[in-house]
Amino acid sequence: MVPRGSGGGGGGVGGGLLENANPLIYERSGERPVTAGEEDEQVPDSIDAQSPFLHLTHLIRSINDPEHPLTLEELNVVEQVRVQVSDPESTVAVAFTPTIPHCSMATLIGLSIKVKLLRSLPQRFKMDVHITPGTHASEHAVNKQLADKERVAAALENTHLLEVVNQCLSARS
Amino acid sequence: MAAAVGAAAPPGALWGLVQDFVMGQQEAPASQVAADVKSGSYTILQVVEALGSSLENPEPRTRARGIQLLSQVLLQCYSLLLEKEVVHLILFYENRLKDHHLVIPSVLQGLRALSMCGSLPPGLAVSVLKAIFQEVHVQSLLQVDRHTVYSIITNFMRSREEGPFVEELFEVTSCYFPIDFTPPPNDPYGVQREDLILSLRAVLASTPRFAEFLLPLLIEKVDSEILSAKLDSLQTLNACCAVYGQKELKDFLPSLWASIRREVFQTASERVEAEGLAALHSLTACLSRSVLRADAEDLLDSFLSNILQDCRHHLCEPDMKLVWPSAKLLQAAAGASARACDHITSNVLPLLLEQFHKHSQSSQRRTILEMLLGFLKLQQKWSYEDKDEGPLSGFKDQLCSVIFMALADPSTQLQLVGIRTLTVLGSQPDLLSSGDLELAVGHLHRLSFLEEDSQSCRVAALEASGALATLYPEAFSNHLLPRLAKELRRGDSDVTREGGPTKCSRHLYCLQALSAVSTHPSIVKETLPLLLQHLGQANKEYMTTASSEVIAICQSLQQIAEKCQQNPESCWYFHQTAVPYLLALAVQASMPEKEPSFLGKVLLEDEVLTTLASVIGTATTHLSPELAAQSVTHIVPLFLDGNTSFLPENSFPSRFQPFQDCSSGQRRLVALLMAFVCSLPRNVEIPQLNQLMQELLKISCQHSCSFSSTAAAKCFAGLLNKLPAGQQLDEFLQLAMDTVEAGLGSGAFCNQAFTLLLWVTKALVLRYHPLSSCLTTRLMGLLSDPELGPAAADGFSLLMSDCTDVLTRAGHADVRIMFRQRFFTDNVPALVQGFHAAPQGVKPNYLKGLSHVLNRLPKPVLLPELPTLLSLLLEALSCPDSVVQLSTLNCLQPLLLEAPQVMSLHVDTLVTKFLNLSSSPSMAVRIAALQCMHALTRLPTPVLLPYKPQVIRALAKPLDDKKRLVRKEAVSARGEWFLLGSPGS
Repeated sequence: MVPRGSGGGGGGVGGGLLENANPLIYERSGERPVTAGEEDEQVPDSIDAQSPFLHLTHLIRSINDPEHPLTLEELNVVEQVRVQVSDPESTVAVAFTPTIPHCSMATLIGLSIKVKLLRSLPQRFKMDVHITPGTHASEHAVNKQLADKERVAAALENTHLLEVVNQCLSARS
Repeated sequence: MAAAVGAAAPPGALWGLVQDFVMGQQEAPASQVAADVKSGSYTILQVVEALGSSLENPEPRTRARGIQLLSQVLLQCYSLLLEKEVVHLILFYENRLKDHHLVIPSVLQGLRALSMCGSLPPGLAVSVLKAIFQEVHVQSLLQVDRHTVYSIITNFMRSREEGPFVEELFEVTSCYFPIDFTPPPNDPYGVQREDLILSLRAVLASTPRFAEFLLPLLIEKVDSEILSAKLDSLQTLNACCAVYGQKELKDFLPSLWASIRREVFQTASERVEAEGLAALHSLTACLSRSVLRADAEDLLDSFLSNILQDCRHHLCEPDMKLVWPSAKLLQAAAGASARACDHITSNVLPLLLEQFHKHSQSSQRRTILEMLLGFLKLQQKWSYEDKDEGPLSGFKDQLCSVIFMALADPSTQLQLVGIRTLTVLGSQPDLLSSGDLELAVGHLHRLSFLEEDSQSCRVAALEASGALATLYPEAFSNHLLPRLAKELRRGDSDVTREGGPTKCSRHLYCLQALSAVSTHPSIVKETLPLLLQHLGQANKEYMTTASSEVIAICQSLQQIAEKCQQNPESCWYFHQTAVPYLLALAVQASMPEKEPSFLGKVLLEDEVLTTLASVIGTATTHLSPELAAQSVTHIVPLFLDGNTSFLPENSFPSRFQPFQDCSSGQRRLVALLMAFVCSLPRNVEIPQLNQLMQELLKISCQHSCSFSSTAAAKCFAGLLNKLPAGQQLDEFLQLAMDTVEAGLGSGAFCNQAFTLLLWVTKALVLRYHPLSSCLTTRLMGLLSDPELGPAAADGFSLLMSDCTDVLTRAGHADVRIMFRQRFFTDNVPALVQGFHAAPQGVKPNYLKGLSHVLNRLPKPVLLPELPTLLSLLLEALSCPDSVVQLSTLNCLQPLLLEAPQVMSLHVDTLVTKFLNLSSSPSMAVRIAALQCMHALTRLPTPVLLPYKPQVIRALAKPLDDKKRLVRKEAVSARGEWFLLGSPGS
């Protein structure tokens, strides 16, 4: 099936409370199918981002957007091609794309992705979460904040921020 | 009421009761008065008279009390009233409606009593309703009084007099729409929001007379911003269409269409879209159904033209943005009636066909073809009496050419849609010409041999061949079977000598194509001999036939046997042709030979014999008892007496004596006998049963080849299960028990004796035979046997699971549906007791046996029993056996979700054990342990919080597990633990 609005073009900025009331919605990819190798106890499966339904995108694609009852994947904020993983080098890089260039939620979305990764990946991983180059007005400021460990830690001490982040990470009801 | 009745109670007493009720504020006198009226002590008229002064009292509370007494009496005595009295009382009460608002509730109660009178003179109901709506503002009454009004209306509705009050009735009911109600906590009535929605919808959609008021309201609510209001309105509209006609809908159609279209085009909610489409479907169905007066305009055509007008241009837009919503709307309308379907299809098909050619990309063509497919599918709903008139006939050639283009396209996705479309088009009667069919079969043939990476397409092509072959057997017989036969022959000479992987898979695909297309009796008559001959050919030629090759042929036969089951004629044909042939091949293979052909050995391999047995079983289960009886008179003598006369090739170098034979080869064929006799209907008499049973027992316990002895034990058990209760059965059982005991004592064949015990126990457990408990106890006793203990523990798994070859419902075995529950109730206490009493070394056997029983039990049955087993389950978590661990975790996981309070008492043990098991060497145990860690988060948060830091630290380790499936569970468990007690969760 062709999802509604997958034809392309940017989402219009609607009125009302939401900055982007009528976003384009993308198809959610299904659960990653289980392969025979994955059921074999002997074969190790590396943490990857290669196969059609990658492990890592699976982790973050289900994060809810703070503004919409939709996931980051449905809003195309997170895409498979913008997630780079290297298991041997223990590195992850995620670039996310705000729905509009002035999205005030960009920092919060980045923070949610970062927290999700912190909670879901082994400690050995070094994480880099940043905005897809050229898609946001204050790209550098946001990236700087997200890269600053102390700021991230402080943000998570803030009860209000933590609440919003937890809501984003709660399983879809 | 007879005024002449002798007054037993003097009016003075009545007056006293009235005073006590009205002025004395006592409640009891009311029922006393009612009882007196019922017994005839005084009349209603006398009660009214006695009330006289209180009804004229200047104090409204006193007047209310007076009316209340009268109303309460009426509520109990309304059935005694005469028509004349009813008229008077109604006039009185109507007048009282003008009184003070404090009086109104009692007045309404009285009217409610009167509304229940059977003898209601015509017109009075109207008059009462008129008075109520005129004098009282129902919407502002208290809830209990509103309820009284609805009761009055409901009572009158039975006499269908709502006529003049449609609008008022509508107003007092529709003010609740849409229902916005959250049940209060501790609501004793347990009313749910959904109950109210459905009840109100039933009222609103009860009559077409509400239409002019309801439809504008529904449109308004669909246009609102609230999701629940949209859904409720669309569903109510859907319900209304069941009773409305053109007349009611006429004025509102443009607005209704505009609202539905907007919702489907714009909504992000799948439910709104689905309800919108359903409403459009019902609207169209309603318009299609309406009976028209001769001069009336048919609204259906104009309505459909409107829909087409608004949707068709979206189908042609190059960016295809609103293509799907438009197609769904059109299909919802077209699915409503044959006329609607005709109208829309004849407009849309040429458009889509044109679009297909305009677009050149495969992905766009696929979208267009998928839409076409949707419209073609709708055609199947309507059968056209007049064959030439089908709306598709004019487009047939164009449709075929589009489908063939799709089938030839390199894109798998487009091919897949092409195959589905071909199947749907083919199902239209008398549409495809023989030329079309020849081309179609050619395409399907090509697609059936696609390579590995187009697996889905190949499977779809096989399915399509099967579906179309039922309709066009000749086309497939003429154009497909010769090609497949040639392919098979080429395989005979090539494959095994120089067969690269490509040729091997081509050969396999050919076998699959042969079975897939065998959906019509006439085709089976060609494919079955072809495959049997192919199998026999392999026997004759000396070549390195692999067992996988023979198994592939047998699987193909198996699939054909399954397809033949539903058709008695094909079923008998298959049985009669295949079973003797396969038996002959097997008997031939089992003969002692100087130079055994390779196939000879291959045919006797465990796996091959099992597959052959499966074909024979499948070819037998669906036989009618008469035909099965015919077959059994050949096959049993073959095995018992070596009578080979019915086999197609029966010149064998030596006798066939599987029960006497000292070489193990012939004995192995008992597996084939088992497949046959254990699949027979229960009422088929088996010749020489006594001898057969004894022979089976003999080889089940006297030979070291476990394949033959197990087959014999299973065969014995399968026959035992079907025997009617009685002396014969008891004797066989006694014989079996003697054999088992002798074997268990002998040492040399104790494993065989155990297998026999196990299968006989199963046969009896399934049919609730009284002796089954004895045998189960014997089996349980073996749990502490140092040699057989582990096997006995695993035996419980066999007892509780469904077999595939013998003792199956399909094979007519006596299988009671609740046997697992019964086994659980009868045996688990003893298992638990046995566990506690057993020496340390064999305790795991009991736990394992218990695990098998618990694991196979349906969860709803298991849950209430688990708390009593909890301490045992917690102990089982420390058992080193990974089967026990896994099964225990599987039992505990639902318990954590369903009974968190009980489980929270053991939180310390649970956390520790689960975390330990999350690093088990077994992947399945690690996964289950992590799922339990996840389920633990359902326990009350305060209980868990002390463990949170420890758990989060510990769960970091499985995040780096080498298996992805384990990591996945670790991520979700750890994520949930992070949220515990954290803001925003």
